[in-house]
Amino acid sequence: MNPNSQEAARGIRIKGVSKLYTGTSHPAVDEVSLDIADGEFMTFLGPSGSGKTTMLSMLAGFVSVSAGSIEIDGRDVSRLKPHKRDLGVVFQQYALFPHLSVTKNVAFPLQQRKTPKAEIARRVAETLDLVHLGDYADRLPGQLSGGQQQRVALARAVVYEPRALLMDEPLGALDKRLRDQLQREIARMHRELGMTFIFVTHDQHEALTLSDRIAVFNEGRIEQVGKPADLYERPETLFVAEFLGESTGFRGTVDKAAGILRCGGHELRAPRLDPELDRCAGVAVVRPERLKLHVDDTEVHAEHNHIGATVTEIVYVGDRHQVGLRFADGTKGLASHPVGSPLPAMPGEGVTVSWDPRHQAIVRDHAGGPAAPAAVPAGA
Amino acid sequence: MTTTTIKARSQGREATRPRGRAAWFVLPATALLLVFFFYPIATIVWRSLTEPDAGFGNYTALLHDGLSVKVLVRTLVTALIVAATTLVIAYPYAYAMTKVRPRTRAVLTVIVLLPFWTSLMARNFAWYMLEQRGGPIERFLGLIGFDGVVLLGTVAGVTVAMVQVMLPFMVLPLYSAMEQIDPRLLDAAGSLGAPRWRAFGRVYVPLSVPGMLSGFSLVFIMTLGFYITPALLGSPQNSLISQVISERVSKLLDFGGAGALGTVLLGVTLLVLFIVSRFGGPARALGGAVTHD
Repeated sequence: MNPNSQEAARGIRIKGVSKLYTGTSHPAVDEVSLDIADGEFMTFLGPSGSGKTTMLSMLAGFVSVSAGSIEIDGRDVSRLKPHKRDLGVVFQQYALFPHLSVTKNVAFPLQQRKTPKAEIARRVAETLDLVHLGDYADRLPGQLSGGQQQRVALARAVVYEPRALLMDEPLGALDKRLRDQLQREIARMHRELGMTFIFVTHDQHEALTLSDRIAVFNEGRIEQVGKPADLYERPETLFVAEFLGESTGFRGTVDKAAGILRCGGHELRAPRLDPELDRCAGVAVVRPERLKLHVDDTEVHAEHNHIGATVTEIVYVGDRHQVGLRFADGTKGLASHPVGSPLPAMPGEGVTVSWDPRHQAIVRDHAGGPAAPAAVPAGA
Repeated sequence: MTTTTIKARSQGREATRPRGRAAWFVLPATALLLVFFFYPIATIVWRSLTEPDAGFGNYTALLHDGLSVKVLVRTLVTALIVAATTLVIAYPYAYAMTKVRPRTRAVLTVIVLLPFWTSLMARNFAWYMLEQRGGPIERFLGLIGFDGVVLLGTVAGVTVAMVQVMLPFMVLPLYSAMEQIDPRLLDAAGSLGAPRWRAFGRVYVPLSVPGMLSGFSLVFIMTLGFYITPALLGSPQNSLISQVISERVSKLLDFGGAGALGTVLLGVTLLVLFIVSRFGGPARALGGAVTHD
């Protein structure tokens, strides 16, 4: 067999998969298609009820597929029982077997595969070392902390070198310090094992720090798939812009020919506009760290967009100031200002906000109809 | 590790504080048990050792009268069969209770508890009618080719009725144990490569052991002392231990001998409880392992 053709088929392919639970009218997952490359760290990100966990359950085989198919390395596994899919699963509530010791929990999948005893002992010990739990081998899960239990669950899910590791909000039940620590360990395991990881979370920070690519789920569909930086810097929908990180949105109407977004009396420069958006209601989304604050518009760069605003509050968060803004039409905004440089205005005072149009993303407005009243500074 | 120990210890202290006051709350029940339970038992044991003569005469007589040992063994075997049969019938029922919707579960619970709300005598007479010669059971068995099977008066007939009476005592502890089992554990076992039935056997069944033990011991012990059902549905040739005790007291006025039989029954019961607690100990510790250690 040609090794190249085999190589090409490797990976997980989700083709038009839907899930309609009986007794419901809206599908929990709605025609989702996604290719996950071999060895990739893919995150399903979305709010609760967005279908991300249902999608993961269909991958694992706990939930049947209503339509579409799931292929692993070119083989359709949509109708296979979970135990025949060769995938590892980590659950939010650990799901360790409470009557078995740590060692026996981790040995369980190897026993199912009829691995010789000596090899089981060796691989269990190796994997427990990988998650730094070698000293806890004889404990029962109930005698471990939440973080330790989740590390046992990780060890149990990778010890048999499954085709991919699926994780359903694995850090959701842990406190913040443990969450950060385990996040780093998961990243390290991904590097060391080179295994495909599929990670479900509603936490954008987790998604941004861990993933090679993120699929943002909303109402059963994927809104956008991309590298963390792409999603953050170039969101394609308002949902992605608002769900992933903080942003300020300037609402207006797109004029493709002029290359501008009209916000009432204001014209925001908008290069490289999507032709489909022409004459539609659009939103210019700008991240807080891209907004610059000035005393007035004299020092604004000639090619940058600028709008006047009122400072509503200034919050010191250690590494920067978070500056709350209100524009003439009442739209709220958020800018982050470096701690080292002097603040151009205090709360209640006027300020000029500017940004490089290359750092804004123009997305279709939720309503999609005629332009809503936009951020128009009264005195500009 | 240090912080967990400290936390556990302080929790322990909080738990002990109200214990002094709690002693007053158990006083009425303790007093009642002392007067109406422990005193009569002490009397029975005393009489078994003193009437008609002081010593172990009553107990040695039990070994040699040719009947008592046989009845005791028959009672133990019957109790074992009843407990085992009840377990086999109740296990899938309790499992189904954990799987259905809350409303269906309420209906299933009522069905289990229904016998509780019916008089024991009424139920025993109902079984009498069903099991008697020419009754529905004999006729039904005749239809499917087993002619002349009369359950009334046999150990089997007694067993069938006792299983029905005992069912709630098995279903309820089983259900409460099974309800604690996280259904995701079976998903986890599946993802790790275990087919459904093996996941059930390796994960679910072991985790339901505490419920099986408490249901089994409850039914076993209650069956040992059953009187009305074997008296009505059994026969003198197949009598169980409580019938023999009753006969000695009411017909033979042999309080010493009856006391000895009663004491042996009590001993057997305590032995069973001891064995079960031995098995159940580690299983019970599973639930709250963190705080108890």
